[in-house]
Amino acid sequence: MALKENSEAIFSESPGKIALRTLRKDKRALFSLAILGFIVAISLLAPIYSHFIAHTDPFNSTLDATTTIGGKVVPVLEPSTTGLGLGVTPIGPTWNLRGYFLGADGQGRDVLARLLYGGRNTLFIGLSAGIICIVLALLIGVVAGYRKGWIDAVLSRLLDVIWAFPVYLLAISLSVVLLTSGLTIGFIHIGPGSFALPIFIIGIVYIPYVARPIRAQVLALREREFVRAAVGIGAKDSTIIFREILPNIVPSILVFIPIIVALCMLTESALSFLSIGVQPPQASWGTIINDGLALLYTRPLVGIAPGLLIVLTAASLNLYGDAVRDALDPKTRARGDA
Amino acid sequence: MSETILSIRGLTKNYELSRALFQSKDVVHAVEDVNLEIREGETLGIVGESGCGKSTLGRMIVRLEQPTDGVILFEGEDLASVSKKKLRGLRKRFQMIFQDPYASLNPRRQIGQIVEEPLRVHGVGREERQVIAKDLLRRVGLDENAYEKYPHEFSGGQRQRVVIARALALNPRLVVADEPVSALDVSIQAQVLNIFKDLQKDLNLTYIFIAHDLGVVRYVSDRIAVMYLGKIVELADADDLYESPSHPYSKALLSANPRMGADDKRERIILKGDIPNPINRPAGCAFNPRCPKVQEICRTDSPKLTTIGTRLVACHFPELISE
Repeated sequence: MALKENSEAIFSESPGKIALRTLRKDKRALFSLAILGFIVAISLLAPIYSHFIAHTDPFNSTLDATTTIGGKVVPVLEPSTTGLGLGVTPIGPTWNLRGYFLGADGQGRDVLARLLYGGRNTLFIGLSAGIICIVLALLIGVVAGYRKGWIDAVLSRLLDVIWAFPVYLLAISLSVVLLTSGLTIGFIHIGPGSFALPIFIIGIVYIPYVARPIRAQVLALREREFVRAAVGIGAKDSTIIFREILPNIVPSILVFIPIIVALCMLTESALSFLSIGVQPPQASWGTIINDGLALLYTRPLVGIAPGLLIVLTAASLNLYGDAVRDALDPKTRARGDA
Repeated sequence: MSETILSIRGLTKNYELSRALFQSKDVVHAVEDVNLEIREGETLGIVGESGCGKSTLGRMIVRLEQPTDGVILFEGEDLASVSKKKLRGLRKRFQMIFQDPYASLNPRRQIGQIVEEPLRVHGVGREERQVIAKDLLRRVGLDENAYEKYPHEFSGGQRQRVVIARALALNPRLVVADEPVSALDVSIQAQVLNIFKDLQKDLNLTYIFIAHDLGVVRYVSDRIAVMYLGKIVELADADDLYESPSHPYSKALLSANPRMGADDKRERIILKGDIPNPINRPAGCAFNPRCPKVQEICRTDSPKLTTIGTRLVACHFPELISE
């Protein structure tokens, strides 16, 4: 009897609720969310770390700074002792949260503090670019797929133009041009150092990858009989789009979000690594890898730490995306009597 | 009999198929010059092979498909030419039921919302909607608690009941049912057909019932139109047609329908060849390449739908009927 009541309760759940329940039980989802949550949390805590724990300014070079290790005061930057003795070797990891936990970079700045601030920027730009990409792609995909005809032809060719360029080539050329002059559209002026530039560039570059599958889905949905039935009862186009088509697109969007955010984050890091993304003194994981490049032989951790964080974040986002997709896919579920 | 509710004249649908660049377009004549009168309260069955244009005809009548040519007179309005906005308002007077009950319901909406949607679209208030929807669900034989369930919790037969309830929510006069039971188990078909019949009696509905299953069509129809390659070749009362088909195609079609008992002495007519390509229709009578009674005139002149007794037949040499 108890079992029957239980099965009764499981029924009458919306497809969305069923997916959520599946997702909650998915170990991959929990694991990846935990990692993401940790990375986001420590990035948000960046100012607290640098002001109250390490007492360091991660944005100014401090070439003559000193720190205390085991009671002894040592300079953060020492003249290089290897090779020709040129340049400096920053201090290595102290493994002490009071300062230079992961060592210093070539300008004597605390690597961990920069890593946390860089995480904020990388995550913020990745997330914003991803959201912009998905919102615009949704708009284009739904309009093109629903209206068909010449509107679809124009929008699809527009997407083809973006698609025709390799993603990084397009992002790099746009960034190089826009970062020197900034961008002026009508009254809106975006300065060369603004985060808005990388956000828009990265967001736009990935639009076709989302808009195309959405357009295809809308094209298929509008021929489905429940959409025909909505036409048949005299519903307006807007009613059909919002009540019949969009609810059936939501699952794909939910799967796209983590994957596209991961891609945007990777692109941001790549652009910043090439010095055409986030501009100094601001940090991003990409710029820190670039800083670490010069110190690769003496202080490899400066380059490896942000690299690991990028890998960890991107992998967790993809893992979470996989879990979401499996939870939403009705084919992986038992379908009752249907 | 009672008065005409729907009158169709010269209804035609051509589809243009675009081929390679710079080549002339192929035209598929899906429905050609169909004339029909449908009387209030009757059930008109439409039968024919796959691809004969019966579904296209049905979809044109409810204006889910724009006719290429012709007039659809329904309650004094020509549905083929009214404006899009006016059409939306008129739609509550005629509804369509589709073949696939799995594709007919939005998987993300509750049954109650689905049945209420037509009412919502036409501005009926929430409480009234709920009362109407619950009444409809009861009428089609569904449980009270179906209201809050989702389509995936129902079987094909139950879903088709929901589809029927939705079609009737706006209290239409005419319902076009396109193969409404073809996707269902035979045991369920009878139940759903009986719902159709009961509702017709209660609500004085007029049905256009499209099917390829001859047994099903005979069970529900008062009159039957036989279609071949986009044209009506015979239109007769259901019993007359089944007892003595007049057009050679109707005869062949009906001879393929098995009958109970050992006294089936009918000649079994097996048609040679396939249904011709609707892009290149044969000259003269469209049926001439497969017709057992074909003569010279059939290859040149297209026969007109003419009255023979109580029926309409489009054939140069119709079977003589002893009525």
